[in-house]
This record gives sequence, C-alpha cells and structure tokens, in this order.
Amino acid sequence: MVAVPAPADLRRVLDDEGRVLAGAAVPALADDTVVRLYDTLLLVRIVDDRMMRLQRQGQLGFYMRATGEEATHAAVAALRPSDWVFPSYREHGAWFWRGYTVAQFVNQLLGNAGDPAKGRQMPVHHAARWLNLVSISAPVGTQIPQAVGAAYAAKSMGKDDVSLVYFGDGAAATGEFHVGLNFAGVWKAPCVFLCRASAAAPSRGFAARARGYGISSARVDGNDALAVVQVVAEAAERARAGLGATLIEAVTHRLADDDTERGEAELWERWDPLRRLRGHLRARGLWTDAQDAAASARHNQTITDALAAADQLPPPPIESIVDDVYETPSWNLAEQRAALIAGARTKNPNHHG
Amino acid sequence: MPTMNIIEAVRDALRTQMRIDPRVVVLGEDVGKFGGVFRATNGLHEEFGADRVIDTPLAEAGIIGTAIGMALYGLRPVPEIQFSDFIFPAFDQIVNELAKFRYRSGGQYPCPVVIRTPVGGGIRGGHYHSQSPEALFIHTPGLKVVAPSNPYDAKGLLLAAMRQNDPVLFMEPKRIYRASRGEVPEGEYELELGKAAVTRAGTQVTVLAWSGMVSIAEEAAKQADAGGISVEVLDLRTLMPFDIDAILASVKKTGRCVVVHEAPRTAGFGAELIASIQERAIEHLEAPILRVTGLDTPFPYSLEHEYMPNADRVLGAIRQTLEW
Repeated sequence: MVAVPAPADLRRVLDDEGRVLAGAAVPALADDTVVRLYDTLLLVRIVDDRMMRLQRQGQLGFYMRATGEEATHAAVAALRPSDWVFPSYREHGAWFWRGYTVAQFVNQLLGNAGDPAKGRQMPVHHAARWLNLVSISAPVGTQIPQAVGAAYAAKSMGKDDVSLVYFGDGAAATGEFHVGLNFAGVWKAPCVFLCRASAAAPSRGFAARARGYGISSARVDGNDALAVVQVVAEAAERARAGLGATLIEAVTHRLADDDTERGEAELWERWDPLRRLRGHLRARGLWTDAQDAAASARHNQTITDALAAADQLPPPPIESIVDDVYETPSWNLAEQRAALIAGARTKNPNHHG
Repeated sequence: MPTMNIIEAVRDALRTQMRIDPRVVVLGEDVGKFGGVFRATNGLHEEFGADRVIDTPLAEAGIIGTAIGMALYGLRPVPEIQFSDFIFPAFDQIVNELAKFRYRSGGQYPCPVVIRTPVGGGIRGGHYHSQSPEALFIHTPGLKVVAPSNPYDAKGLLLAAMRQNDPVLFMEPKRIYRASRGEVPEGEYELELGKAAVTRAGTQVTVLAWSGMVSIAEEAAKQADAGGISVEVLDLRTLMPFDIDAILASVKKTGRCVVVHEAPRTAGFGAELIASIQERAIEHLEAPILRVTGLDTPFPYSLEHEYMPNADRVLGAIRQTLEW
C-alpha cells in the first residue's frame, strides 16, 4: 500500500473532492488563472501519456513522466515571470505554464532542428533562457547550489527576483542538497527549494532538515495544486522581503507502472491531483465535463499537430556540431568540423527519413 | 612601471576589473576579511565589501555550483579554490555543468566563470598541496585553461579571462608566486588567450613549457647556450586552446622539441602536444620529441625534488634530441 500521510501533517487548501477546507489560506488567483492552471496540468497528463506510448513504440529514446505529481508544477504559478526556475526533468507543467510550446517540447524530445537547445541533449532536458527556465542536467541535485548562486546574484544586483529549484526526494541524499541549503542559510539567499517527496520514499521528513540550515520550511500536500501555489507564494514573499530561503516538502505520489497490478489504482485515483483541482473548478462553477472533454481533445490535437510538424523537420545541421562549445569555435574545433564535413558520412540512425 | 610578484599581479588584475565592472565578484574560502590563503585577494574586501568579496563555507562543490548560478544570472564570478588539489569535490560542477552549460542549452546559457587556483609542487606540500591537474581540464570540452608563468602574463591573461564569455580555469604557479617578479603595467591591458610567447629565441631545439616549468626551461636553455646549443623556449600560457601556430613555427625552425611538465607523464598534456606536432610537421622533425615530466606516481612529499623536472633533466633531454 502507498502510505498516505495524515492530512493534518500537511498544508492543504482542498479536500479530496476539491472543496476548500475551512480556515485554509487560499491563493489569490483569478478565475481564469485557476482554469489555465488546470488546463496546463491536464496538458501535462496528456503529453505524458502520449509520449510514454511513443517511447514504448520505440519512437522516443527516453522519456520521463510526471503522472500523479503534476500539482507540484503549479509552484511556478506563484512566481513572477522574472523569477528563475531551476527544474529537474519532471516538471513539464512549469515549462508549459511559462509559454514553452508543445511544439518546442516535442522538438526537444526528438532532438530535431526545431529544438531550442539545438538537439544537444537527450529527451526531457529542455532549456529556455527567454522564459528564465534553466537548462536541465541529468546528474541529480546539481541544480540546487546553482539556484542558490542565482538567488545570491539577484539579491546582490538589487533585483527582487527569487530562484525556485525543483528536485525529487532522491536528490535530498546528495552532497549538493546539503551544500545548497547550507550556502542559502549562510547567505540568506532568496531561494525556494521544492522537494517532490514521494509518499512511498524510504527517507522522510525532509522539511525538518531546514532547521539545521537556519532556513524556513513547509510541508504541503503535493497533490493539492492550490496548496502548492499558496505555500510557494508565501516562501517567495519571505525571500523577497530579505528573510531568506524556504525548503518545501511537497508530498505526492507518482504513478508507477505497476501500481494497477498492486491494486492501488483506487487509492491513487483519490489522490489524483487533476481530479481534485477539477472538482474545485466544478464547485466554483468554472468548468464542466463538456469543457473537460473539449480541452482534452484540443491538447491531443495540439500534440498530433506538433508531432506531424516535427516529422518534417531535419536533424540539426552538421555544421552546428561544434557551435556553442565556446562563444566562437577554437581552431581545433574548426579543424574538426571541416574534417567531419569533408569526410565520409554515415546515415544518422537516430533520425528517420 | 611598478614591479610585482605573481600574487600582486593577480590581485591587481582583480582590483582593476572589479573597479571597471560591477558584475565581477570574488568568492571562496577565506577570500574576504582574511585576504585569501596566499593573500591574492588581500584588501579587496575593504575596497569592495562583503557582497562582492564573498567568504563561503568550506565546500568546493558549493563554491563552483553557486558561482555557476551567479554567472547564469548575470554576475562575473571569480571563485578561488585554495589549492588545485582541493578542486575535485567540484569536479562534477566544473566538468558536467560549468563546461557544458553553453553547449547543452544550444547557446542560450553562457557561463562566464573564471576559476583561480594555485598549482604545482616544490613547496613541501605533499600530495594535497602540489598537484598539476591541467590535463583533466584540458580534456573537458567547453573549458579554457590558462597557466601563466610570470607577473606580467598573470595580470594580462587574468584580465582577458574576466572579459570574455567562456569558463576559464586559471592555474597559478604557487612555487614562484612570490619568487617571480617583474614589471607590470598599471591599469588595464589584456593578453589574448590562446597565444604562446617565445621567452627565449633559439635555433636548434624548441622547449615547450608552461606555468612553473618555464623558468626551469629557461635555466636549462641558459646552460645549453653556455655549451654552444641554441634553445628556443616557448611559454604556452594558454593550454586550451593552445597556440598550435606558434608551436609549429618554432618546431619547423628547430626540427627538435622537448616538452616539460610537472604533471605525471602518461596521458599528460605533453602527449597531446607531441601528437599534434607529429601530425602536422613530421617531415620537419630531426629526432623524436622527448618529454621531461613528473612521474606516474602520486605527488611525493620527502622526495618531491626527485619528482619535479629540473634544469639538469631538461638539459639532458635537449642533448639527447641533438645526439639522436
């Protein structure tokens, strides 16, 4: 059985059916913003489903889904566009919320010429400087001290931007987690650490560690999108006020492939963050089943269109292979590029057509 | 023109650029009030304050990790790693993160961090205060590696490093930090990265060296000259990208070459230099290119002077190439 933490232990805004709990601090989101938030998380659910299928069909080399923990992506809805986000590789909703398109997302997965990062990394390692979404790295936890550095920079340059850094509970075992939180505590850096903590994780109580670093902490129901927004908004406000960093433990549960077999589907459904936010929208009179079906159809069509368009895109040009190692290619890179272009070439097995 | 040692030249470069560019910050262990383990940042804390001369907790991965975030956001951080032997806790942040950010983001995220760190032995420092790990970082695409040998170059190269947009590992020769003195212009000047310098002209043998080995090579060249052998010494100054044109011009002229480095021999940077030369100039070579290097051992303490290349060993190699 998945261990569901006692609700009293966690900050919540919505109950299991999406009704606002008595006495809960509700984030100040306009109706259309909450609708857009749900719509974004629904997009993540559908994208994940479609991309996992492509991966299983062998059309994608790799994919990481977030099914079950989409509500943690809502943290960016509590930020300003100028705030910096250091994601791990499972927060697709943070990207879509800020305006990264499904086409860009799909082009990155396929590593084609339409990838904003020029096909440089394997799937789900996006980069979008124009959205203040930092390039993703595969080694777990490396982004944590980097986010603290960006937060320090913002503060020292007199800007009131904050850094939000996402990581999973696995990263809390790394040296970088300790180093990042320690530097943040010493520097009072305006940084928000968001740990996606699995309810089934072997190690628990991540938020309690904040005390040792002299930073604030919060435990939140990570399946409650509005609670995530509220807690992150409070942390960002403290950071902007010069009160330093906050470690947020968002307790959630990602759907594993074998959950159904283990008979946990029913429990998982009760914890489904989309179901809960949808219930809330219905209760506020903002959403109907018909709208839900229409939104799903729209997202599916967007994905289908993006995949069809991606199919027409070539791989990145061979000339680009030495670009961006440095600002301008050094002599050895220029020489290697020339030799590569002049030499015998094999067909790229990673690209069809 | 004032006379400075290498420490003073480094400090002068930092101070000069910090006065010009408010984005430049210095960070590291004890770089602030204390002024740095070798005093390289002495006085900067008083002039620029704790926000720009930042004392950090003792954690190299944190120093480089936070420096990366600062650079991404818009600062120009110049972190100090007290000894290059201590750089390895930050190896992942340097190799997988700092060096890769521009490439992996398709050019969206340049990461202009200049890491300063002292290298080399001969100071009775043993294994953890003496290593010369340049080859590990030269072999890291995305990093530039600079290794000056004297005060004038140290200032001009450090200023250039802080004014360009790629990450740089700036290795300082700690054995001659204070022993190497020379005239250093006041104010701003830059020495272009990627350019070697002929520190002694000659016609019969080319000696390639950098960092603390340049003075050893010059001493050997002087002794060779006394014996009627004309040696050209090339100080590479920048190791990545290295100055292939200057190297080839000298070797084509002399036809003989000796490479000197403190780091262990096998798979050291000397091997790359020799490979690059023979690919391009085999028809000009009169003899095999020889290496005078450290041993393939951890850096020894009591026997460090047996480990270190010296003028006698360099002279021996020079003679050997002539007698081949």
